[in-house]
Amino acid sequence: MENKTISVVLVGVGGQGILLGSEIVARAAMHAGFDVKTNEVHGMAQRGGSVVAQIRYGKQVHSPLVSPGTARVLGSFEQIEAIRFAHYLADDGLAVVSSQMIVPVTVSMGASQYPKDTEDRLRTTFSKLIYMDASKIALGLGNIKTANVVILGAMSRGLDLPVESWREAIASSVAEKFRDINLKAFEAGRAST
Amino acid sequence: MKRFCLLTVHLIGVMKLRELLSGNEAIARGAYEAGVTVATGYPGTPSTEILENVVGYKSEIYCEWAPNEKVAFEVAAGASLSGARCIVTMKHVGLNVAADPLMTLAYVGTVGGMVICVADDPGMHSSQNEQDTRHYARFAKIPILEPADSQEAKDFIRIGLEISEEFRTPVILRTTTRVSHSRSLVEIKERQATGRKIAFEKNPPRFVPIPMWARVMREKVEERTAKLEQLAKTSPVNRIEWHDRELGIVTASISYQYVREVFPEASVLKLGWSFPFPDDLIREFAAGVKKVLVVEELDDFLEEHIRAMGIACDGRNFISGIGELSIPKLQASRAKMEGKEYISAVPVALASDLPPRPPVLCPGCPHRGVFYALGKYDVIVTGDIGCYSLGVASPLNRIDTILCMGGGVSMAHGMDKAGEPRKVVGIVGDSTFFHSGITGLLDIAYNKGNSTIIVADNRTTAMTGHQENPGSGRTLMGEPTIEASIEALGRACGIKRVRTVDPYDFKTTLAVIEEEINADEPSLIISKAVCPLRERKRVGEIRRIANEKCKKCGACLKLGCPAIESQGKGTIPAINPLLCSGCGLCEKICKFGAIQNQE
Repeated sequence: MENKTISVVLVGVGGQGILLGSEIVARAAMHAGFDVKTNEVHGMAQRGGSVVAQIRYGKQVHSPLVSPGTARVLGSFEQIEAIRFAHYLADDGLAVVSSQMIVPVTVSMGASQYPKDTEDRLRTTFSKLIYMDASKIALGLGNIKTANVVILGAMSRGLDLPVESWREAIASSVAEKFRDINLKAFEAGRAST
Repeated sequence: MKRFCLLTVHLIGVMKLRELLSGNEAIARGAYEAGVTVATGYPGTPSTEILENVVGYKSEIYCEWAPNEKVAFEVAAGASLSGARCIVTMKHVGLNVAADPLMTLAYVGTVGGMVICVADDPGMHSSQNEQDTRHYARFAKIPILEPADSQEAKDFIRIGLEISEEFRTPVILRTTTRVSHSRSLVEIKERQATGRKIAFEKNPPRFVPIPMWARVMREKVEERTAKLEQLAKTSPVNRIEWHDRELGIVTASISYQYVREVFPEASVLKLGWSFPFPDDLIREFAAGVKKVLVVEELDDFLEEHIRAMGIACDGRNFISGIGELSIPKLQASRAKMEGKEYISAVPVALASDLPPRPPVLCPGCPHRGVFYALGKYDVIVTGDIGCYSLGVASPLNRIDTILCMGGGVSMAHGMDKAGEPRKVVGIVGDSTFFHSGITGLLDIAYNKGNSTIIVADNRTTAMTGHQENPGSGRTLMGEPTIEASIEALGRACGIKRVRTVDPYDFKTTLAVIEEEINADEPSLIISKAVCPLRERKRVGEIRRIANEKCKKCGACLKLGCPAIESQGKGTIPAINPLLCSGCGLCEKICKFGAIQNQE
């Protein structure tokens, strides 16, 4: 077993299923036999605000918080949130970014602007980038809400956890009636890279 | 109740049941395993999920949301005096509300074990201040335990209950946001029933703190503290990890985890039981190392004591007491101590102009109409603690001050009595009204005030994740119950003008607010509509903007609804059908009829 602690960061907007995503990554690591810790913020910060979840696994994990510049994989359920939290990723880390765009109220009010060059910024910022239309893939499978699991599928390419651990983690984290569609979403995300 | 799937992990040939639990879930599990039979509390981030998980064991544990922390505390105290093992849960500021019973229960003492689970919020992720609960332990002269991960959170509940029973004292279990909301692996065990007899044993000198007996109790508190200090010294909850003797770090709670990563070579005194201070252990540790550093979040609670013991140490001179600690912060402190330069990773340059994404009222939130209507009048609005605190944000900008739970009601009265020339409107949520708004309203009626109080009644305790409350018609344990009437309570307090409005009916809401703020006597407006997030369904039909009718006036954008998206002035806004909750407020305020149902 590798001695180093692996860090993963998931970001997006409150309500996008980040807590479920974090639970699946953590359970996948647990099923693979690692010690694991996660952290996410609840309460006020969740109401439509930027949300960050952190997962760390290894032989023995101390801090539940990921230090900037150390994450092996950064998963983002929204375009610009990936850039906002890019500094968490290690220089050689993998960024998996959904092309979904959620316009903040500050933009609609005219107090700020949503960048028009997001894709260019993503390509400049990340040396290893998977930029995907996860919502479209999820919609194709029949449930747009599985877009977060599509992203996890792509993220799994950057983490050395056995596929079986991921499958087990998904099965134990979602309700039985959504199990198959989430497993398909994971496979689709994993295959799309 | 969260799904509870047990995982069997093979560890050194021994089969153990381990599960990934948050600190709060672990506390609930710990209470279950340790034979707790009564659990009470009031919701408050980051403590809420404790009782939400205890309810999963409701066949063994009676549990309830009380109207406020003081009541929750007193219910638990009563249960303890009858012999039951119990816990009471709250956030840090909740303990201020429960401080009155705390200070005297410390004298009267417990019978059945009682642990007060208090969650602090360093960094104020979801709080109005970052007070340090450890002071309450010293203030009340009772023990405090501080777990550093979920396993300890579970184990310390049992230890706390045992200390409480043996020494007849309530015990505080203090977590912080990063302990409460971090998940880590926990070993799961069976419940051990205590077989405790439930029957209050009458003994007035023991249970009645009238002065002549309270003076005796006061003496006993000091005797108890001395005994607890001896026990703290040898408790396995406090431990020394000897490594290199150049530097010895005294730490507790989540800070311990950061210390282990940033100072892997240092010796550590890890305190899980920080008060009464284990002085002998601290002396032994300090004598074994060349230099002592204290690493603690928030106040210099340990450092001050260690210095008072005559032990030289570093701490606050290198580590800030403001906000929460983290590995980068501690790395920076280490670099400063060693006279080195520290360079931390900073957000990428391309992130500097990104639009901020603060928390906002959700699409379809019934509070939005009330704040929008209040925006039409030159009044002062005293707000309160809950989702509706977000009414302060642009573009609504309709809260002028916030203090504490219930403060929105009483402060309105204070401004009014001070002679504030503008009308003062207090706004408070339903759960907050039951918590401590009623007494403020009674004051307004009794002392002939003139404020208008609005109860933003969304039929739930929304901000903390939709907990039941006395108005919601259901108990924590899922049983149907009374629905306390805010209207009837208002009238019973003596308020004559009591109006109930549907905040989605904007015209009426606006008219009623106008009438009431112009009335020459106090009034109570109940804005009543269930939180759509709780119902998990849309309020109505999804709306869309008819481009040919839109005059780009931007009126709909003044609602601050996340579903109405605009790319800037002079463009036609669009309604995101994935976000729209169909409340129709935008349709009602559009003067050009440009907003309509989606075809």
